[in-house]
Amino acid sequence: MSLDNIFGIGGSALNAQTVRMNAVASNLANAGTVAGSDAEAFRGKRAVFKAIMAEQVNGNSNDNNKGGVKVTEITDDPTPIKRMHDPGNPQADKDGYVYLSNVNEMTEMVEMMAANRSYQNNVEVINTARQLMMRTLDIIKS
Amino acid sequence: MSLFDTALSTHAQSLTARSQRVEVLAQNIANADTPNFKARDIEFKKVFRSASEDTMQTTNNKHMALPMDESADGMMYRIPFNVAFDGNTVELNVEQAQYGKAAAEYQATVNFLQDEISGLRKALRGE
Repeated sequence: MSLDNIFGIGGSALNAQTVRMNAVASNLANAGTVAGSDAEAFRGKRAVFKAIMAEQVNGNSNDNNKGGVKVTEITDDPTPIKRMHDPGNPQADKDGYVYLSNVNEMTEMVEMMAANRSYQNNVEVINTARQLMMRTLDIIKS
Repeated sequence: MSLFDTALSTHAQSLTARSQRVEVLAQNIANADTPNFKARDIEFKKVFRSASEDTMQTTNNKHMALPMDESADGMMYRIPFNVAFDGNTVELNVEQAQYGKAAAEYQATVNFLQDEISGLRKALRGE
């Protein structure tokens, strides 16, 4: 039944938005970290979303999230790492440079608000679907 | 038996079509942040017509099939007002409005169905 699937679809979206929110939390927590080399510097994490298509769930018994969304991978932010001259820092390399994370706090705050909004939207979708199901069950009562 | 079939059939079918539309709109909202996702919608009229009427069949090999400009389930891509930078065509406000409307339509159909059933019940009781 179609209304049943909405719970799967909405649930998959809630899950994906939670992963996104987690990535934001991790980025914000690590925004101020410094490292001793370019390779070790913290790079912002981004969740990559993808729609769950029918052919991907065929043959799977749990196919009520068809048309939902899933996180396929977590990628690094490609923004170049900045370095700062700070010879007093214990992390500094031999030339006295430390490597900052490439996280932009403003971007992360906006990302958090966007994830929050999307989460709320999907909660509403599920709530409405639940109400419709309850109304449908009430048909036999009258 | 045929009495019950005809008494409920259109509303029962329309309830199925309406719930399918609610599902498609839920898919759009779930994928509001998915890159390259294209929003879809169901045109109720088409689904309802294909469910309630016989469609044209090719019974002779000289018959030509109708051009397939739309899928059989009435599913079509929405034409967006603006396309997002990442190729996503879901416009959340539009989808929310449509979802609310679809939910109201579903409830309306449920109400009609309820009336039909209580009518049948009255007839059975013979009051």
